Amino acid sequence: MPKLKVNGRAQEVAVPDDTPLLYVLRNDLKLNGPKYGCGLSQCGSCTVLVDGQAVRSCVTPVGSVTGQDITTLEGLGTLDKPSKLQQAFIDEQAAQCGYCLNGMIMSAQALLHKTPKPTEAQVRSALDGNLCRCGVHNRVVRAVMRASRGA
Amino acid sequence: MNMMNPSRRALLQGGSLTLAFSLVPPALAQRAAKLEGAPLPGDLKLYPKISSWLRIEEGGKVRLLFGKVEIGQGIVTAAAQLAADELDIDMKRLVIVSGDTRVVPNEGVTAGSQSMQYGGVAVQIAAAELRAYLIARAAEKLGVDAAKLKVVDGTISGGGKSITYWDLVAGQKIDIEATGTVKVKEAKDRRYIGKKVGRLDIPPKATGALIFIQDLRPDGMLHGRVVRPPAYGAKLVSVDRDVATMPGVKRVVRDGSFFGVIAEREEQAMAAADALRRATTWDLPKDVPTSDTIYDWLKTQPAKLITIKDVASPIANKAKKVVEAEYRRPYHMHATIGPSTAIATFAGDGSVLIQTHTQSPFETAAAIAQMLNVPKEKVQCEHWQGAGCYGHNAMDDAAADAALLARYMTGRPVRVQWSRQDEHKWEPYGSAMVVRVKASVDEKGDIVDWDHTIWSTSHGTRPGGRAGNLLPAQTLEKAHPLPTPVNGGAPNYAADRNGIPLYEFPGTHVRTHFVEKLAARASSTRGLGAYGNVFAIESFIDDLARAAKADPVEYRLRYLKDPRAREVLTKTAEMFGWTKWKAAPGKGRGIAFARYKNLSTYTAVAVEVEVEKASGAIRVKRASSANDAGEIVSYDGIVNQVEGGIIQSLSWTLKEGVRFDEKGVRSEDWTSYPILTFSEIPPIDVKVIDRPGQPFLGAGEASQGPTGAALANAVMDATGVRFREVPFLPSRIKAGLMA
Repeated sequence: MPKLKVNGRAQEVAVPDDTPLLYVLRNDLKLNGPKYGCGLSQCGSCTVLVDGQAVRSCVTPVGSVTGQDITTLEGLGTLDKPSKLQQAFIDEQAAQCGYCLNGMIMSAQALLHKTPKPTEAQVRSALDGNLCRCGVHNRVVRAVMRASRGA
Repeated sequence: MNMMNPSRRALLQGGSLTLAFSLVPPALAQRAAKLEGAPLPGDLKLYPKISSWLRIEEGGKVRLLFGKVEIGQGIVTAAAQLAADELDIDMKRLVIVSGDTRVVPNEGVTAGSQSMQYGGVAVQIAAAELRAYLIARAAEKLGVDAAKLKVVDGTISGGGKSITYWDLVAGQKIDIEATGTVKVKEAKDRRYIGKKVGRLDIPPKATGALIFIQDLRPDGMLHGRVVRPPAYGAKLVSVDRDVATMPGVKRVVRDGSFFGVIAEREEQAMAAADALRRATTWDLPKDVPTSDTIYDWLKTQPAKLITIKDVASPIANKAKKVVEAEYRRPYHMHATIGPSTAIATFAGDGSVLIQTHTQSPFETAAAIAQMLNVPKEKVQCEHWQGAGCYGHNAMDDAAADAALLARYMTGRPVRVQWSRQDEHKWEPYGSAMVVRVKASVDEKGDIVDWDHTIWSTSHGTRPGGRAGNLLPAQTLEKAHPLPTPVNGGAPNYAADRNGIPLYEFPGTHVRTHFVEKLAARASSTRGLGAYGNVFAIESFIDDLARAAKADPVEYRLRYLKDPRAREVLTKTAEMFGWTKWKAAPGKGRGIAFARYKNLSTYTAVAVEVEVEKASGAIRVKRASSANDAGEIVSYDGIVNQVEGGIIQSLSWTLKEGVRFDEKGVRSEDWTSYPILTFSEIPPIDVKVIDRPGQPFLGAGEASQGPTGAALANAVMDATGVRFREVPFLPSRIKAGLMA
């Protein structure tokens, strides 16, 4: 039975080790942040942080991340108290449909952990594997830059 | 769940109760009856009762019932801005219900950039009428002349007295109809309309709060998955494995060649569906059109020839030269980021509630009722937000899938989410098009006569209340075949959208070949034919300008008489720095214009590109766009839509085209159907001209056409070669430059 640490809390789930982390987070732990987008590690919608690194939860077996620090969108902040990065996305109105937002924010968070003051080119490069179909890319870049300035 | 009394349930859900009795003072009722106003605008015509739209509820709340739905375009926030302003209440007081067939007005489909023109205006006028009514009621109650009363956040005061909306009427059914005589507020008196208001749905989306359909988890929910055939027209030969004993499987459903599984856990349903798919054998049809043969196929199919405009040139004798060119666009995917999802729950009485992100909750419910062979009222849809759709994708098919599976599991909600591969392969695409443009010009290169001919399949196979438009219904034992597609109505609801140039030429002839057969599944995709037509018109006029040795902006202005169109074009040129631009090797600039549908938003786009001749790679360096969407409700909302449209259209034009052959659709994921990514996206400058007092115009699809054409014109400018077939893949550009 995999033992997980998700958003700072210990969790035990009764699933086989090869279950993709995405379904455990979404269905067993009822977290909305990580989204199913492709199941192929191509779009980034399912991104979570594992020990601070951006990881595609759709192709990550839950058994491979036991004991590590897993952070989802919910672990950054809440509706009442959004994190600085989440607030920057709200301030820049960096969404249309918002389905990709989880992946954008989590990938950007991983970047900001490593590189607190990124250049715009670094932001674009870090987010290049995150797909958005509505075309809010430039707003997303502005949001990440805004968050980095506020840091 | 009390399905038999849906409206009561929905009202109680919000924690407030609207009592159903009338308290209209007779004098007011008479006054309303006597007044004869102008015709009611937008969807208020269909639902003139104010209570269809707005209800004053206990607890200081106002319920807004909206038939249009949020698809990431910000429409619900815009409707809230309109309602709050005209009612003089804080936006926070609004409780908004949209797209729930049990309670909202039937506003048809949320599509075609018409939600502001039809739904937004209805909410605005209904709110203004309700405010006027409440003031009249307060005047009677307070004994103060209505003209002396003011409203601040729902408190009516004047003559030293005051009363709130809620003390006045909360809980009462207000049985009045719109009169068409109440004026909306002037711009200076507004608090929300035209002001910077954050979208209501962004904070929950940025923090993982419950807002998407994908995140609904009703108690007892099971997971369903459907097995689709490998290709269009494939016929089932055999199934050689029973997956019923696989872990977690609750039920295997087969009805004709519709196969589905229901399991306790999502990954169990996926594994079982995958095993079942691999166990099926299909006969594939032969001699089918492919993405390589599609353009010849379109031109050789039996088709309905429809003339849309036919004005002979009075100066035909001045023609010195005739030029002609043919343009091609492939099938484009909507390619939503979040595959289609629905949850269906059957009650014991055979009724079903479907939670869905459909754009047409009423018509989809009716189509599903026909598919299930149950009375219409047994199927209700509740709209929840999904990922961006950009038109008719698999949203309705997923709703039908969920219903077909859930009927075997009465009382248990069954959730179906499509796989990435199914979404890519089975959604209805934006149809391929061939457009031939021909013009005669005089000795100076001015246009004497213009001729535009279109070949395309249907651009609209939405459910429309008919089961055959739902993909799974076509595969059932008692199959509902796809109804023969009909042309949506010239000149705007099919391939012909924007086929008529807004330019005023001496002679103009526009006709369309409507091919009834489908080569690939096709339906409404952002802009319908506007993308292909504007690509052709604006590429062609650019070449005529070049041949006449005229500046492309100046040449267009010769034929563009509408002052709003002229302003958008010249402002775009100014934003881009058109006249100051310096040519350099490999660099090019292009501009293009269209008024969406010739009756909606005016949009011009200018782009700068760099073309690497050795590889054929195009890099878009920047884009500028001026727009006129009438009176602005949400400036940033329009900018967001136009900018998003520019990026999506750049992606279509540079990279996208669905690949298919006799083995099926080959574009089945993001590797085989790539879209534009962060590092490829240029800075984009979008501005909107405000037209206070003018009707709201939809902006959601306005930039698709001009963007593709502006890009084509910039590539021509950079290379001296005209590319007339989308997408502009490096291989195609390289081949064109070597030719």
